[in-house]
Amino acid sequence: MTLFFEQCLNGLQFGLLLFLLAAGLTLVFGIMDLVNLAHGSLYMLGAYFAATFSVWTGNFVFGAVLALAATLVVGMAVEVIVMRRLYSRDHLDHVLGTFGLILFFDESVRLIWGPAGLSLPLPPWLSGSVQILSGFQYSAYRLAIIVVTLGVAAFLYILVMRTRIGMLVRAGASNREMVGALGVNIKLLYTLVFGLGAALAGLAGLMQAPILTVQIGMGENILILAFVVTVIGGIGSIRGALVAALLVGVLDTLGRAFFPDILRTMLSPTAASALAPALSSMLIYLLMAIVLVIKPEGLFSAGNK
Amino acid sequence: MRKALFVASAAMLLAAGPAVTPAWAQQKTIKIGFVSTFSGPTAVIGNDMRNSFELALDHLGRKMGGLPVEVIYEDDGQKPDVGKQKTEKLIESDKVDFIAGYIWSNVLLASLKPIVDSKTFLVIANAGPSQVAGELCSPTVFSTSWQNDQTPQAMGTYMNSKGVKSVYLIGPNYAAGKDMLAGVASTYKGKIVGQDLTTWPSQLDFSAELAKAKASGAEAVFVFYPGAAGVQFLNQYAAAGLKGTIPLYTAFTIDELSLPLQKENALGVPGAQQWVNDLPNEQNKKFVADYRKKYTGLRPTFYGAQSYDAAQLINSAVVATKGNLADKVAVQKAMEKADFKSVRGNFKFGKNHMPIQNFYLQDVVKDADGQLVLKTVATIVKDSQDRFHDKCPMK
Repeated sequence: MTLFFEQCLNGLQFGLLLFLLAAGLTLVFGIMDLVNLAHGSLYMLGAYFAATFSVWTGNFVFGAVLALAATLVVGMAVEVIVMRRLYSRDHLDHVLGTFGLILFFDESVRLIWGPAGLSLPLPPWLSGSVQILSGFQYSAYRLAIIVVTLGVAAFLYILVMRTRIGMLVRAGASNREMVGALGVNIKLLYTLVFGLGAALAGLAGLMQAPILTVQIGMGENILILAFVVTVIGGIGSIRGALVAALLVGVLDTLGRAFFPDILRTMLSPTAASALAPALSSMLIYLLMAIVLVIKPEGLFSAGNK
Repeated sequence: MRKALFVASAAMLLAAGPAVTPAWAQQKTIKIGFVSTFSGPTAVIGNDMRNSFELALDHLGRKMGGLPVEVIYEDDGQKPDVGKQKTEKLIESDKVDFIAGYIWSNVLLASLKPIVDSKTFLVIANAGPSQVAGELCSPTVFSTSWQNDQTPQAMGTYMNSKGVKSVYLIGPNYAAGKDMLAGVASTYKGKIVGQDLTTWPSQLDFSAELAKAKASGAEAVFVFYPGAAGVQFLNQYAAAGLKGTIPLYTAFTIDELSLPLQKENALGVPGAQQWVNDLPNEQNKKFVADYRKKYTGLRPTFYGAQSYDAAQLINSAVVATKGNLADKVAVQKAMEKADFKSVRGNFKFGKNHMPIQNFYLQDVVKDADGQLVLKTVATIVKDSQDRFHDKCPMK
């Protein structure tokens, strides 16, 4: 029972992290109609910045805050320098352009930080484990990730649903032309939204950094999952991204945890252990396929068009 | 850079005159193709292999049997399909005499057929899939590393000697990962309470597997994660509160490249290896000292040691056949002798061309400067031979 509970927490933590990535992706895709493959590079930059700044300042939290600001600035700069030239073109050009950005960022990181990767050590108060119930220990840091991402989710909810900027963002996701026609400074709005998306990706990267290593190309695997989340949740919908991210996170973790054992009851142990990892990593894509069959627009469509 | 090298070597040739250019030289250069990973997260391993191979060439005066050596490095990107393409390019368009390298078992297995079909000599400097030691063994294929199972087999033996009663196995789901877990299982006498194979190389979060290992009540955990994944595993092992409560036993998870990132998390975690940087033979002392001198700030790994040996093995065959590489049988016979000073101490080849060698227990300790280093603690097995040599049809 504690095992199941622990796996659910693991799934929750992973899902919330995916949400941070997917939220930025879905906003950019929904509002600017831009396919941004380089989102994973911003995730990577967040991690590299955090690893560097926390050494400079000698403090994990300061380093994280500085890294967040730095990714925000990089994101806005990328929007102004590169993305603006891509909006009017079709999706294939977006893919090509942002794929070029991935190569650019990977190579830049190699030049600046070297190919070996960095590590981001945790402060002692986060590196241990916490007793949640008697006999049940859970990593303090993973718990901290859950708390921080829930906070960010609440902040996003208030920002998008309760503020004027949020209103414009929602309006942009539903009908971009009309927002522009009503005299809103759409350029500024785009830069802000892209910067916000970048900062969220950077936050995901820097929070993942102590669990994983900071390395070149770290964003590319997780980006695929973030796209899956975006598609399941419905493009442009923050709420959809949250629900889909949690679904994907929990399904992925529980699949990895329990699927092999279930298979072992039906198949020979060797066949099961060879088959289970492949099948459990397919679960997410099965979920996506089912959602797309039932609701082609995703679970919570932002209602554009 | 390459041009400068070429000019320099040409000048040296001219200066030396015909005295050192042997009359029996039928070809002008020895061409070696080296396939490894030079891009992506595991590029550091490929770089270490290249550094060591280059150092070996330096030690050989950049000549083998009096002939200049040309090495063509190719990047497999850790992908089997790319590795196969690069291998075919080396054979068909560069027409190399030898191919060396290969970190990953799955890349090697994909690239093996064109090498064997073209009868090009291959010296594997890391990967050791069971198939190559067994049914896929070939007269022209040699290894200066090990068969995958050998290292975990040694670890299994060590766990027996420590009286470990039950263990949980975790590794990546690809050719080498399956070999590693099977290797432990073949020598370990206690109970294996569970095992997990994870998606490779994309899965880097092991929370679900660690939770299962903890809940299984196993007395110990055995793990195999090469490269960056090993860093993540050890960090997460500590964060999950398992370090210090459940002892960890490893193969190929802690090396000189991952240790600076694993730091304290690796302290006291044992591993098995056929080469450790402090092995006391003369060749090894020279290798380690010169490596650290040539590449400041870096330390060689077992990947590098195996690549260094690969260059020495190729050299021994070129020297023994006086550069007449057209006589494939003579080259094969020369290589089978393993007539060179290996940095792990000398070894013999089995009939399947896999080394028969000792395996050592390595531990992570703090040296006099407070730096974390790998240290040989004991010899676990002497003259270990892989358990697939019977399946090899070669005599």
